[in-house]
Amino acid sequence: MKAAVIQFPGSNCDRDMAVALEKSGADVTVVWHKDAALPKGVDLVAIPGGFSFGDYLRCGAIAANSPICNAVVDHANAGGYVLGVCNGFQILTETGLLPGALLRNAGLKYICRTVGLKIETSNSAYTEGYNAGAEIGVPIAHHDGNYFADDATIAALKGEDRVAFTYSDNPNGSRGDIAGILSENRRVLGMMPHPERAFEEAHGNTDGQRLFAGLMAQLASA
Amino acid sequence: MKARVHVMLKDGVLDPQGAAVKHALGALGFDGVDGVRQGKVIELDLADGATEAQVGEMCEKLLANTVIESYRIEVL
Repeated sequence: MKAAVIQFPGSNCDRDMAVALEKSGADVTVVWHKDAALPKGVDLVAIPGGFSFGDYLRCGAIAANSPICNAVVDHANAGGYVLGVCNGFQILTETGLLPGALLRNAGLKYICRTVGLKIETSNSAYTEGYNAGAEIGVPIAHHDGNYFADDATIAALKGEDRVAFTYSDNPNGSRGDIAGILSENRRVLGMMPHPERAFEEAHGNTDGQRLFAGLMAQLASA
Repeated sequence: MKARVHVMLKDGVLDPQGAAVKHALGALGFDGVDGVRQGKVIELDLADGATEAQVGEMCEKLLANTVIESYRIEVL
């Protein structure tokens, strides 16, 4: 499985993401935001967390208009897999690949701690390794993770089983407790929590491992 | 030509920063404030020949996220 991790000025989880993917068995290339094309034959694009372009204007807004993001949108539209974590989720909503937007946390504070995450669906490459309804612990680290979408969009996400994760105890004001959502074809996932930070024994929690393992299994057979 | 773009969160979108400002005003004894909405102002210094329509495109593509924000263009 070939994966590309996109690196923007201000990305800070790019290496953690690359390590998690490599340890799961992927062949990983780190791709700079000014590149206009992805490496040939890439199955998965991972957009890591951080503060791309200093979060200027809006989180993810400038990154979403960078040269590489056109290639990422083409990759997704051609049926490719895209995982966006934290700032990566914000970037995916800014590109329009995922609906809604991430607003400032309702409590206005930056929150960095492990939260309970409920698996809402196991029907995706990302979540098939978990049982729907199970609760896992994954760290969040964000100031703008308050998921917002209009009523019709929230209803559609729920109706189409596209809510991947919800918070057990909503930390940031997200509508419907939403922590992660899938695209219509279920191949693009955006989530605020960091599965790559709950990956190794040394992290004190390996609940994120199965996300990468599931993805790997799905893409190895593709 | 100069243009000023006003970007505001749409009605119905929670504005926690505005709420915090309202709270702070209350703490200072300004009781007459029923609500605060916080937005941003972006000033563009435009080259000759640039049009208001182009500023509209800039707003749609980058300056505002129309999922959550509305914008108003003021030509100066």
